[in-house]
Amino acid sequence: MTMTVHVDVVSAEESIFSGLAEFVVLPGQAGELGILPGHMPLMTTIKPGAVRLKLPQQDQEELIFVAGGVLEVQPGLVTVLADTAIRGKDLDEAKALDAKRKAEEAMADRSAELDYARAQAELAEAVAQLSAIQKLRRK
Amino acid sequence: MAGGKEIRTKIKSVQNTRKITKAMEMVAASKMRKAQERMRAARPYSEKIRGLAAHLAAANVTEYRHPFLSKMVEGQAPKRIGIVVVSTDKGLCGGLNTNVLRMTLNAMRQWEAAGATTIKATCIGNKGLGFMQRLGANVVSHVVHLGDTPHLDKLIGPVKVMIDAFQAGELDVVYIVYTKFINTMRQEPVMEQLLPLTGDRLGTPKGSWDYLYEPDARVVIDDLLIRYIEALIYQAVAENMASEQSARMVAMKAATDNAGNVIKELQLIYNKARQASITKEISEIVGGAAAIAG
Repeated sequence: MTMTVHVDVVSAEESIFSGLAEFVVLPGQAGELGILPGHMPLMTTIKPGAVRLKLPQQDQEELIFVAGGVLEVQPGLVTVLADTAIRGKDLDEAKALDAKRKAEEAMADRSAELDYARAQAELAEAVAQLSAIQKLRRK
Repeated sequence: MAGGKEIRTKIKSVQNTRKITKAMEMVAASKMRKAQERMRAARPYSEKIRGLAAHLAAANVTEYRHPFLSKMVEGQAPKRIGIVVVSTDKGLCGGLNTNVLRMTLNAMRQWEAAGATTIKATCIGNKGLGFMQRLGANVVSHVVHLGDTPHLDKLIGPVKVMIDAFQAGELDVVYIVYTKFINTMRQEPVMEQLLPLTGDRLGTPKGSWDYLYEPDARVVIDDLLIRYIEALIYQAVAENMASEQSARMVAMKAATDNAGNVIKELQLIYNKARQASITKEISEIVGGAAAIAG
């Protein structure tokens, strides 16, 4: 009987995976992380990419794409708090600026609808998503 | 037959209104179910992240103390306040928005009376935004047209404006006001303190151990706490949506029932008017016949 670890992958909007796994591979901030049962307590941020799970009694690995998030490891328990959107300091900043600008616009002129800022933020997001996909392909 | 036609038209129009309110009731009922499911789906995440945040708050990470976890000065009324107002985009949901906005207004008056110098607002939802703008409040960011599924993606930017203001030391405290979903018949407006994070909100963690942080504690804690705040707000928005749908369902059910009563009354009036005109006609005929026979 092989050792297993309980893995939970949850996002703010839903629970994505919950169950036992023999081995978990994650795209950590400092590089690829492989987690076996009994790993020491660890907390790290993870990059956009695939979480690979080796499930007991199955040859096929389970693949879950995450847009980044936070990983917590306790002995016997792995928790991935997945983001629902691609995050990044610049992206978040753009979103905040966008929101600020929108608020200022709404205060100044209630009729105008300037979608430039939004388009810019969306473009930034699309570019980030593309690069994440490319990274994923390279692996 | 005076007024007979008018009454008939009126009955028709009330019947049409009833059809609409009935349809809205049923739509709201089905949306409510989905909104409740969504609320439940968000729970595992918020529980996990709350556990982590509680752990971090309790763990003695001496080298780094995050501003979110700073203690408020006791016994001193906060001077600079941020408030996140969660309301709905659409109306026709009973007293839901009215209750939330009244609570907001009362709180703002109290703060001003206690000597608050700045009040900044972030509005989630159309109704709250319109209200705060009419009030002339300082709305620093807003998000409207969330649709039926709240996406965290849309909330990040506007919320960050508020969090940034807090981190920059421009605000002493940030509150969130939204409608808590208790059950289908009951929704209550609540105001909770969002920042700084309070101990009672986090609870006490079970057991204690220190983590290995990678790349370092600061980065991880920063990321985690931002997500925790966002999860709290997401949860509030999800609850608000479930509340909105159930309040709308109840309001529309009441409207449908009222329309039914109005129709019944009008029908009675109509029948009376018709009977009166028939009686009148008969008595005229009888009277005429009697005059000829006589």
